[in-house]
Amino acid sequence: MPNRDRLKAFLTLLPSMILIAVFVYGFIGNTFWISLTDWGGVAALAVNPVRNYAGLVNYQELFTGFLGGGFRQDLVNAVYYSVMLLAGAIGTGLILAILLDNKPRGEAVFRTIFLYPMSLSFIVTGTIWRWLLAPQGGVNILPTYVGLEPLKFKWLSSTGATLEFNWQNLLPIGLYILAAVLIISGLMIVRQNPSRALRRYLLPGIAITIVTWLAGDLLPKALFMEETHGFNLATIGIIMATVWQYSGYTMALYLAGFTGISQDLRDAAMLDGATTAQYYRHVALPMVKPITISAVIILSHISLKMFDLIFSMTGPDNAETGHPALNMYLTTFRANDFAKGAAIAIILFLIAATFIIPYLISSYRQRRVR
Amino acid sequence: MKARVSPATIALYGSLVILALAYLMPVYLTLITSLKFPGDISLPQSWQLPPEVNYGSFSEAFALLKPNIVNSFILTISATLLSTTLGSLNGYVFSKWKFPGSEIIFTLFLFGMFIPYQVILIPLFQTLRALNLYGGIPGLVLAHVVYGLPITSLIFRNFYAQIPDSLMESANLDGAGFFQIYTKIIFPLSIPGFVVTSLWQFTQIWNEFLWGICLTRHTSNPITVGLAQLAGGQAVSWNLPMAGSILAALPVLLIYIVLGRYFIRGLLAGSVKE
Repeated sequence: MPNRDRLKAFLTLLPSMILIAVFVYGFIGNTFWISLTDWGGVAALAVNPVRNYAGLVNYQELFTGFLGGGFRQDLVNAVYYSVMLLAGAIGTGLILAILLDNKPRGEAVFRTIFLYPMSLSFIVTGTIWRWLLAPQGGVNILPTYVGLEPLKFKWLSSTGATLEFNWQNLLPIGLYILAAVLIISGLMIVRQNPSRALRRYLLPGIAITIVTWLAGDLLPKALFMEETHGFNLATIGIIMATVWQYSGYTMALYLAGFTGISQDLRDAAMLDGATTAQYYRHVALPMVKPITISAVIILSHISLKMFDLIFSMTGPDNAETGHPALNMYLTTFRANDFAKGAAIAIILFLIAATFIIPYLISSYRQRRVR
Repeated sequence: MKARVSPATIALYGSLVILALAYLMPVYLTLITSLKFPGDISLPQSWQLPPEVNYGSFSEAFALLKPNIVNSFILTISATLLSTTLGSLNGYVFSKWKFPGSEIIFTLFLFGMFIPYQVILIPLFQTLRALNLYGGIPGLVLAHVVYGLPITSLIFRNFYAQIPDSLMESANLDGAGFFQIYTKIIFPLSIPGFVVTSLWQFTQIWNEFLWGICLTRHTSNPITVGLAQLAGGQAVSWNLPMAGSILAALPVLLIYIVLGRYFIRGLLAGSVKE
């Protein structure tokens, strides 16, 4: 193709490239720089605000400072929230997809019903679910219609917490989690490649466990005082609403994957005497593994930036259902502490980047192979 | 085989019906609450049908939300048109005019749709203020167009990948250049791509909240912000937020019900690797 046309193609893309370079990469860099300053206070909104370089002070305060306790609880809660949302939405979506994959009559109607919440705004979902979860009505009185006692659970305002741990022990807990991940990954590949599993995963995992167990007390404490954080029970209501909204999405993903598996393969599995359960367990699910990975990535991304739904269900400043995304908004736009808001945003970004960058690199490599 | 009613069939339909009812329950509650008079709304009776039907909730909610609905339509339509057009051109380059490094640039584009938007919020706020765009709808349009580029480029790129290259080559032999191939061959084949992308963008922009609340002043608030404010007040009786929710959901719900096929394609395009 003529060079003139190649140039035209490049020039067509150029404006978008510049916009992405500035608005995505430039802005992320700018936020990181802001997080290293002391920008905040009464004159924060001046045309040329005073901003002095302050190093990692903001991060230090968030993780180990006296006033950072709220943020730490939000962060812990967001991690629990992400994990439970993943389990709930992927599990429910998978069940729905398997049910519909059996081609019941009225499949299209059922699919429409399971997927419609996905088209709604989180604000609409939040408004509706706040009413559904009102303490003496909605979901709580449903059991009375089948003759049972009404539920008493305070969905959005319960102050109970569970799965608590002491923030002082953050380092040993992190090491135990790392060890668990290593050991589980090792056990998963131990059949195919025993020596590699042992060397790369199992032995390091066990070594970390033993060292942490023996010398855990010698590790530096993350905080000068005891501070427990856990999973706030009030978040269960938020998780239910999110699962309601997003399980149809994972259903659609899995359904597309299942439909892509040829009927021949299913027939062959059935002829070999596989039950329906065995077919999904050993044939269908392994084949749609890329879809599971996509769903995990997308749902984690959604749960990490979750803002709208919590805002509309409990308001932005409900400590029991806090989330770093809301904390960032309050810190930045209500308290005018731009530097600390930027630090929270960077923490969220770094968590998101740890799984999105590998995902994008692997999809880039796949495109190159083709 | 077909007509036999086995226990498995009963279990299948039974669980489907129960699940469907569970998914529809919130809609039922929303609808009946919106049709009640404030005096008839009480927590213990929340599941009961309204003793008297009150259509007034909708006109009342509409009167309160009308400025927001108008803002949202202006915002959504202009941002959708712009980002879809740009996405189509980008997708054309990314799929048919690959140059050294274009795959890396494409991957760098995709990264933009996976970032938590909090991480660009402060510079965006500052930039819009510097450009004198803070507070109004044009600034919000700019944000939606820029951050819509990754997904729109992705959908169009994958869509154009299905158009055979031989079509391009023969057009090129006939002397057609970059833009002629686009207008004569690619664009006429793009209608489904435009439908999928613009429906996806429409729903995303209509439903967006974070920028709406951080980057607009009261008079330019989109519908999501208007609804959050309507529902957030403690004194309001529940028929108004419920009617407001229905109004806010209606445009996207209609799109989903009427053009669901295209909506699902957009949804899959944004997640499954090609």
